[in-house]
Amino acid sequence: MSQAATEIVRISGHAGTVPGAGLNREFAVCKLVDTTTCIGCKACEVACLEWNGYTFTQTTFDNSYQTMPETAWNYWNLIKFNEHEREDGSLMLLMRKDQCMHCADPGCLAACPADAAIVQYANGIVDFQEANCIGCGYCMSGCPFNIPKFSPKARKVFKCTLCNDRVSQGLEPACIKACPTGCLHFGTKSEMKELAETRAAQLRDHSGHRDAGVYDPEGVGGTHVIYVLHDAKHPELYGGLPSNPRVPILVQLWKKPLRWIGNFGIIFGAVGVFIHYLRFGPKIVKADEPKTEGEGQ
Amino acid sequence: MNREPYLLPNGRVLRYSFRERLIHWMAGISYLYLLLSGLAFWTPWLFWIGVVLVGATVARELHPWFGILFMIAVALMYNMWARQMRKTPSDKAWWDAIGHYIRNEDDQVPSADRFNPGQKLLFWGFFVFGILLLISGLVLWFPQYIPWNVHVVRQISLFIHGVSFLFTVALFIIHVYMGTAMERGAFGSVIRGDVSRAWADHHHHSWYEQLLRNSTTQK
Repeated sequence: MSQAATEIVRISGHAGTVPGAGLNREFAVCKLVDTTTCIGCKACEVACLEWNGYTFTQTTFDNSYQTMPETAWNYWNLIKFNEHEREDGSLMLLMRKDQCMHCADPGCLAACPADAAIVQYANGIVDFQEANCIGCGYCMSGCPFNIPKFSPKARKVFKCTLCNDRVSQGLEPACIKACPTGCLHFGTKSEMKELAETRAAQLRDHSGHRDAGVYDPEGVGGTHVIYVLHDAKHPELYGGLPSNPRVPILVQLWKKPLRWIGNFGIIFGAVGVFIHYLRFGPKIVKADEPKTEGEGQ
Repeated sequence: MNREPYLLPNGRVLRYSFRERLIHWMAGISYLYLLLSGLAFWTPWLFWIGVVLVGATVARELHPWFGILFMIAVALMYNMWARQMRKTPSDKAWWDAIGHYIRNEDDQVPSADRFNPGQKLLFWGFFVFGILLLISGLVLWFPQYIPWNVHVVRQISLFIHGVSFLFTVALFIIHVYMGTAMERGAFGSVIRGDVSRAWADHHHHSWYEQLLRNSTTQK
């Protein structure tokens, strides 16, 4: 990573200790989305489009604040709105910024067959390399969050990059930069986790949200986008956030045992018929010349 | 169905008519493309096959179309051969003697009809797994049209496509080996169409007898 390149190991002709030697730098980055302070202004959506060079697409109307049903190949960041009625009859307008979660154990990467079409960096960013994408869409089946989207025009799949191009230059992602309420934070994973836990404790202790908590799902090894939720026991309320996301079991079975059984079987079959030939040879038809003419009568 | 005479004037026997050969190679060539491009998507070790096939992106575009072509050929084969591929009571005795057949002790193998039970297995294997590949393949062709609330269908399709592919590969390896190296004359029968009388008598005795009987009754 870019930080590693500036970390000093030895200095010539230098008396005393090397500045920063032995310093433990954390490379893992994280985006924190505090749903409790999001006002749904959609500035993050606009910033995402601006930075990544897409134009605003036509919205749909479904009797709510929801502007379109889900993210699109050219719309990587979308606020999901849900008018939730609580048990006491009061209403809550839940808003969650939906984008790629940058899983530590990415289902898209597990399913992808194309060499280097999906890359996971040491800082946790999972990025699609469209130049290597073959457009098979396996990632769409491997993702537990419905994030990769197929572009019918490019015939390739696109998704949020966590602004890899900005982060690698020491900048924060575009969405973070645009957020007016400060509900979006960006930093190292441990920092963001700590901040999120502090906020969740505050919500529990002072705001009456007894089930407030942090969403950093273990099923995918944790994510590099984490949420603070008022109700961490029901993440589905937040626009269908899965409560226990994981790399789909069928994708795991397909890529691990089935592939090994298959590879073994194919090699065994090819070698097997060769050995059969060495051992038994061809089926010889005796008198394989049409001289048995008269056998009919 | 077939107006060509089976007993040819040059003393040879017509094994496969032109129509049969044509449809066989329609299936054969499309399957070969499907196999090679499929292997490229199957394992990173064989991804280079995609490069050989004008690029994996092109292979991904063409693979489904070759699948359609293959399934049309399979449907034509079904129309052409399903009746002759039906299981008969004598099949069991042939399977009981499969060890002799494998060891080339053909004199101890019950006589076969136009298609022996192994060929029937090949036919029905490709038919059944072909349908599974077609159905799962349609999902994989257009995953973006499978709604998110039933996205498990995509995952099931990926798995079924892989399993069915492996079964057809097993059938394919045996079929190609037997049709080229093991049974001399078989490859010629599916290219030029004819076999020697001795070949017909040896490999498909019941069928050959029937041909002779028909020809004598016609005379």
